[in-house]
Amino acid sequence: MRLQAPENMVTFTFDGRRIKGVPGEPVSAALLANGIKLVARSFKYHRPRGVMSAGAEEQNALVTVGQGAQAEPNVRATTLEVSEGLEVSSQNAWPSLRYDMMAVNDLISPFLAAGFYYKTFMWPRSFWEKLYEPVIRRAAGLGALSGQTNPDTYEKAFAFCDVLVIGAGPAGLMAALTAGRAGADVIIADDDTAMGGRLLRECEDIEGKPAREWVLDALAELDAMPNVRRMTRTTVTGAYDQGTYGALERVAGRFAPDKPLECFWRIVAQRAILCAGALERPIAFPNNDRPGIMMASAVRAYVNRWGVTPGKAVTVFGNNDDAHRTARDLAAAGIKVAAVIDSRDDAKVAGDYPIYTGAQVIATKGRHGLQSITIRHNGGTRMVQTDCLAMSGGWNPTVHLTCHMNGRPTWREDIASFVPTPQSIPGMVTAGACNGSFTTAACLAEGAAVAAEVAAGLGLKPKVTVPDADGTAYALAPLWAVPGKGRKWIDFQNDVHVKDIKLAAQENFRSVEHMKRYTTQGMAPDQGKSSNVVALAVLADATGRGIPETGTTTFRPPYVPVSIAAMGAGSQGKGFAPERFTTSHKASVARDAPMIEAGLWYRPSYFPQMGETHWQQSCDREVGYVRNAVGVCDVSTLGKIDIQGPDAAALLDFVYTNMFSTLKVGRVRYGLMLREDGHVMDDGTTARLGDTHFVMTTTTAAAGLVMRHLEFVLQVLRSDLDAKVISVTEQWAQFAVAGPQALALLNTVLDQDLDDEIWPFMACGEVGVSGVPGRLFRISFSGEHAYEVAVPSRYGESLFRMLTAQAEVMGGGPYGMEALNVLRIEKGFVTHAELHGRTTAFDIGMARMVSAKKDCIGKAAAARPGLSDWGRQQLVGLRSTNALTAGAHLFEKNAAETRGNSLGYTTSVCYSPTLQMHLALGFLENGRARHGEVIKLRDHLRDVTEEVAVCDPVFFDPTGGRARG
Amino acid sequence: MRITCPNCGTRDRREFYYLGDALALDRPAEDAGLGAWDDYLHSRDNPAGETRDLWCHEAGCGAWLIVERNTVTHAVHKATLAEKVKR
Ligand SMILES: [Zn+2]
Repeated sequence: MRLQAPENMVTFTFDGRRIKGVPGEPVSAALLANGIKLVARSFKYHRPRGVMSAGAEEQNALVTVGQGAQAEPNVRATTLEVSEGLEVSSQNAWPSLRYDMMAVNDLISPFLAAGFYYKTFMWPRSFWEKLYEPVIRRAAGLGALSGQTNPDTYEKAFAFCDVLVIGAGPAGLMAALTAGRAGADVIIADDDTAMGGRLLRECEDIEGKPAREWVLDALAELDAMPNVRRMTRTTVTGAYDQGTYGALERVAGRFAPDKPLECFWRIVAQRAILCAGALERPIAFPNNDRPGIMMASAVRAYVNRWGVTPGKAVTVFGNNDDAHRTARDLAAAGIKVAAVIDSRDDAKVAGDYPIYTGAQVIATKGRHGLQSITIRHNGGTRMVQTDCLAMSGGWNPTVHLTCHMNGRPTWREDIASFVPTPQSIPGMVTAGACNGSFTTAACLAEGAAVAAEVAAGLGLKPKVTVPDADGTAYALAPLWAVPGKGRKWIDFQNDVHVKDIKLAAQENFRSVEHMKRYTTQGMAPDQGKSSNVVALAVLADATGRGIPETGTTTFRPPYVPVSIAAMGAGSQGKGFAPERFTTSHKASVARDAPMIEAGLWYRPSYFPQMGETHWQQSCDREVGYVRNAVGVCDVSTLGKIDIQGPDAAALLDFVYTNMFSTLKVGRVRYGLMLREDGHVMDDGTTARLGDTHFVMTTTTAAAGLVMRHLEFVLQVLRSDLDAKVISVTEQWAQFAVAGPQALALLNTVLDQDLDDEIWPFMACGEVGVSGVPGRLFRISFSGEHAYEVAVPSRYGESLFRMLTAQAEVMGGGPYGMEALNVLRIEKGFVTHAELHGRTTAFDIGMARMVSAKKDCIGKAAAARPGLSDWGRQQLVGLRSTNALTAGAHLFEKNAAETRGNSLGYTTSVCYSPTLQMHLALGFLENGRARHGEVIKLRDHLRDVTEEVAVCDPVFFDPTGGRARG
Repeated sequence: MRITCPNCGTRDRREFYYLGDALALDRPAEDAGLGAWDDYLHSRDNPAGETRDLWCHEAGCGAWLIVERNTVTHAVHKATLAEKVKR
């Protein structure tokens, strides 16, 4: 029911029923306004449940929003804003909310008590996976995921400030005003749609005017300050190291397609002021979970803020003065207050409605909505007709964030609550209700005082002015559970009641942590926001201890559930993964080359031609280009590191196993790099362009790793060396030109014809490439007469087009990764398939490359026993007439193909069109001594068995005459 | 977690690459013997409390840093350029 007819109304649906609501109000308010009490079924027993609160602490009213792939389950109806066309559905009920078949669980509830799963489903073991678990999973739980890809957009963002104010009630607003006025960079975040906190929900005055007006003035002042940023709909969800806070912003409703649904913020604040307020706690009395039984503060919030009355005849049950505010506000709004029940004998309260002091609610009636309650009073009982019971067991300060870094709150007897322990989070202070200061006057004063301290700590000069407000102290007498027949619910979301906790105590789960796990109290999306303290009190009672002796409560982040989609924003699918394209990318794609990923790079797999139906045909043709004419391949993805300085050569001597200081200017040398543990890290060629100038190439995969390694050596191990390194991979476009016609092809683009005398194998130097200063390296990864020609990147595309066009005239053309791989396997050149982190220089037959004349990274460790024993698996070549597979294991011809008999494995395979046979590289125990023998290859995964002949890994042109010629 | 790079200021830990104990600074001589090398390569304490680690500001200035921090309190005390540390 609404107190007044609102002006703007929109239509949304709840379980298909069309409902009118005010845009921006919580869905729970609209449901209550339309007399809808039953909104959900409980987790375990499928009990009918209704709206309980008016905020993020809601335990019952979890709904699903949207449909199909966009459906989002477990959304709290109390924080979901009404908007036109919103589709809301109830959860955990079948076939309908009113007639839920699974409510049978409630009838057999004696069998489903705490620990039930542990006791019942132990035996027989095999039944667990097949029978019990699937059945339980189907029966339990809340909303379900659609199983489809979420099409909604999410965002993540970073923010920085001097002072983060968490919560915008009276304390938070005063803190933001005080810090803002002093000149601090302030972010004030609040989870509500509007700032003001409880001031928007209470009837009280500040500075002689209605509190809501004071809030508007405060917000106007904050908005006028350029150094203050206000973030509404933003829940600070976690406190992390070094002043980092996570926050979830509900950016837009579901009908603003240009905006993300949610944004996950990381806010870095020098200081933070927690003004998170307090949460009212329920009282455990029999059948306290019927729809219509709500928190007292929520009832008056619906009346005061949204003009919605949750009932026609409201009763109030509390143990404190605050509960009476609800009766007073409702009576003032003209709503019938049927009875006020105060458990305190000595409560001094008055009102124009029946008040029962020293009384308790001992029973309730109404399956789908509250109809009546029974009161025990003066030794007798009395039944009162009521459709809404407002309960208040007192207030729990919202200490959550102070617990996120292992802090434990402190028990305060006078308010029967936990309050934050100071300095639980470095840089964070607390003020107001979350600190146990419950009056508006105290909240305003503390907010101002704490912010002044913080601002002064930042070197600012704050002034403190505190407005006048109500400072009436709040009195309560603890009441946790009311004796009587029927279940007294404590954790509504997880269906845990008083008896469950007593059972836990009885079965000796007396520690709070054990009790929680045994009963599941405090789990589920709610994480015990409302139930932890009551549960602890009941456990204390059951074990005959005081609350502080029984334990404490703690909370982990996040404060409210945060969707994985928000935390992982930008990471769905390809997300923000960078793509690196070579200068020949467009030209390669234009030739229909399938591009394959190589790290972040994309490289052409092969260049198909008309009539070719299989990649193997293209690959064989391209290998033929290189072996018989000339091929062109973009090798720009290899890492290129420019090294300069007087000690550049000394640096190379230290990071490579072999000697570089002896390399002549204008020459290139192959280098092997070890990790400090003696295993091979990377290999490549390094060219000496000048006395103090080298350019190193790394493999594509290890470019970043090697760069970091060189920096490590220079900065950490050898800061005595005067040398600098910088990556120039992006700056140079580099192409391999390989084959008997390589020289002829190059001469068509070079400014001056090459002289073979000046450019022998492994020479390097500067050349003019069609008028552009470039570099030329006579190196070969194919075993042919070959060069790599480099030009500044901006000329890469045109050079690639010139080279490939000319190559085609000469009976060659471009070649891709498949052909490159075949060419290098034919020559026994290793890549990271072989240099996979567990191979040593000895294993790949390069032990002699570890120079005895100098120290280098990995030298000492490589000399350890075991790293160069002849029994180790050594690089070999394997040949066969049939196709081989990589990753297959090697066995003696007649041995059983078991793990214990494995002698090694294959790492790279190809069909060699040059040799017309299948080749493999692999590692074989004592392999170098077994050339010429026939062994067995077995691939259990692909079911391949072949006899293979062991040979030298250099299958083609073993003397290397073609490359030198 | 945030680390204050002497070159760049306070940055999110996602910008940094973690290597491990700053023991890596004390590289033994080539002939120090297997025991010394084994210790250097493999033996690390797992302290609950103060640590000195090597981090690289890889997505920043590229500097290798020695970060002093506490694994219990998560406090990060300071970061110094490894290059400047006297050995
Ligand atoms: Zn830096």
